[in-house]
Amino acid sequence: MRRLFTEIVYTLRGYLETFGSSMLFLLRILAACPYALKRPGLIIKQVYSTGVLSLVIIILSGFFVGLVLALQGHNTLSRFGAAETLGAVAALALVRELGPVVTALLFAGRAGTALASEIGLMRATDQLSGMEMMAVDPVKRVVAPRFLGAVIAMPLLAVIFSAMGIFGAWLEGVIIVGVDEGQFWAQMQAQVELHEDVMSGVYKSIVFGFAVALLSVFEGYNSIPTAEGVGRATTRTVVESSLAVLVLNFILTAWLIGEV
Amino acid sequence: MQQTRAVEFGTGLFVFMGVVALFFLTTRVTSFDSYSGDEGYTLTARFDHVGTLKLRAPISVAGVTVGRVTDIQFDDDRLEAVVTMRIASEYDQLPNDSDASILTAGILGGQYIGLGPGGSPDFFEDGDEIEFTQSALVLEQLISTYLFSQAEKSEKE
Amino acid sequence: MSSSMEQTESKAAKPDEFIMVIEDLWYSRGQKKIFQGLNINIRRGEVTAIMGPSGTGKTTLLRLMTGQILPDRGRILIGGEDVTKMSRRELYRLRKRIGMLFQNGALLTDLSVYDNVAFPLREHTNLPERLVRHIVLTKLHAVGLRGAWQMSPSELSGGMARRVALARAMVMDPDIIFYDEPFVGLDPISMGVVVRLIRKLNDALGLTSIVVSHDVEEVSSIADRTFLISDGRVVASGTPEDMEQNVSAVVQQFMSGMADGPVPFHYPAPDYDEQILKRNES
Repeated sequence: MRRLFTEIVYTLRGYLETFGSSMLFLLRILAACPYALKRPGLIIKQVYSTGVLSLVIIILSGFFVGLVLALQGHNTLSRFGAAETLGAVAALALVRELGPVVTALLFAGRAGTALASEIGLMRATDQLSGMEMMAVDPVKRVVAPRFLGAVIAMPLLAVIFSAMGIFGAWLEGVIIVGVDEGQFWAQMQAQVELHEDVMSGVYKSIVFGFAVALLSVFEGYNSIPTAEGVGRATTRTVVESSLAVLVLNFILTAWLIGEV
Repeated sequence: MQQTRAVEFGTGLFVFMGVVALFFLTTRVTSFDSYSGDEGYTLTARFDHVGTLKLRAPISVAGVTVGRVTDIQFDDDRLEAVVTMRIASEYDQLPNDSDASILTAGILGGQYIGLGPGGSPDFFEDGDEIEFTQSALVLEQLISTYLFSQAEKSEKE
Repeated sequence: MSSSMEQTESKAAKPDEFIMVIEDLWYSRGQKKIFQGLNINIRRGEVTAIMGPSGTGKTTLLRLMTGQILPDRGRILIGGEDVTKMSRRELYRLRKRIGMLFQNGALLTDLSVYDNVAFPLREHTNLPERLVRHIVLTKLHAVGLRGAWQMSPSELSGGMARRVALARAMVMDPDIIFYDEPFVGLDPISMGVVVRLIRKLNDALGLTSIVVSHDVEEVSSIADRTFLISDGRVVASGTPEDMEQNVSAVVQQFMSGMADGPVPFHYPAPDYDEQILKRNES
């Protein structure tokens, strides 16, 4: 019992330390951003490797989440005789919650780990030290473009996920289960607000993008320069990013709902 | 070179898809109706009781949404609720003696403000106050009023 | 600068003679003392070898010399400027005049050979692409890999990667090049190529080369001067001939590769019999 307690304390302390040093790292990255912005080529390359290469998994996941949402939603809603509100329910769930959150979790698994292991490998093979020896700051040349690329890619992936989810819900709900098409869209349009719902989801995904991108490059950059160290950095990236996304999601949701 | 071009093409396509998805979410999924923040004019109305009226609740005339509630305040001088609403600029021909009442959409639906057109030849202008208002119906008050009136009746008899 | 000269071996030398002076350097990592009062002077235009058994901190020394880590005590002067007191900006300015060859080359894996060599030029200069191309191809030609310009680092053999890295280290025309274990893991032919390149480039370009290595034969064949480090100090220094004739036991053990000697074969351990018997008891 006591061991469990100390272990929890240690773990929490570890997270707090990670949080603190990642914040300091964020300042370094932000200071390096003007340099990176002057080289859009570098950022485009990173938008490609974080965004485009995550696209397939995002599209497929969004589609299947939409299908399930419609199936479950229809099953539940028809008990209340409210099956025609399916469109609204699915769209709200996707735009407000599932779109940003699930995308961020998948993004951490697909792009975050790729970033962490790529930078970790550069550390392990002296590429980062090599750059420093060539008087090139690796935070500017390597970290900042990757960070910005991920920050740009994440909200785009989230809206694509939501749109695919709504398509999936429409396919399942309207074409297969047989909810009235007009009602499906009308209820959705009556309930979903641009600022309150769609944009709040977009804001969330921007924040998640920052969090996942920061933790990925941070873990990669500070990984122990061995094969094992890189592996561990990748694992930590997924764990910490997922945790950060879920905690941030709660805070943001409380804040966004509280404000409206 | 070939590879760079593939990267640029892929990234372009990706960003394009993102924009299309966002466009889809803003136009197809939301109502994107007459209410659009800046365009339009502001009216106020005083109510004894606003019930569960919320910000962004629709303002409707003859069932058509013409605007949204933008602010609900309590006036401690006159002990009344002051509701500010924004009406889309295309609906600028509402008679200035129209009345506002707080209504409920369906049995479980949210509350909204219904405008009943009056007969005045002049129209509302920005910053005007709607003079004739009817407060929200509160179920408990309705019931107690009914019970009291029944009790009075039976006493008289 | 002048005060540093007085304390070291060559009082008579002109200040210009030494491009790099290390004075009374102390460094420890955790409990382990790595350097305890290290003194090294490196002459301009020479190939200087820094040798020592594994684990004596040779790579650490390179990192100290280039300001990647800070010592506990002591000064490291390059061209009269103290590396240990430099700001990040000053260090970066200094490093533009320094080339470094890492053990495995440290080529950037997402760039081609050509782009790797062009990398420092593109980062630090605004030269037109035509000129960059000219410089890069010249440097690649010097290491014999002009034909490989299109390849990616993953397609290169270890020796080729190191030669490309060498071309990259030279591309800014540095004053000093550091070599970190340049011969490790190379086949005899590649090794011969790299050995000759280091000497040839040093003389042709008027560089100062600092080679950290434990490959006695290869280093002896090109070094003008050798420093042997053991237990955190310089135990012997001089030309390769001096070293061979040095009668000191440590030097003899290292130069001729004997298993046991002042550097013991056994890592410090309790008495053999005692430890084995104890285990049997328990």
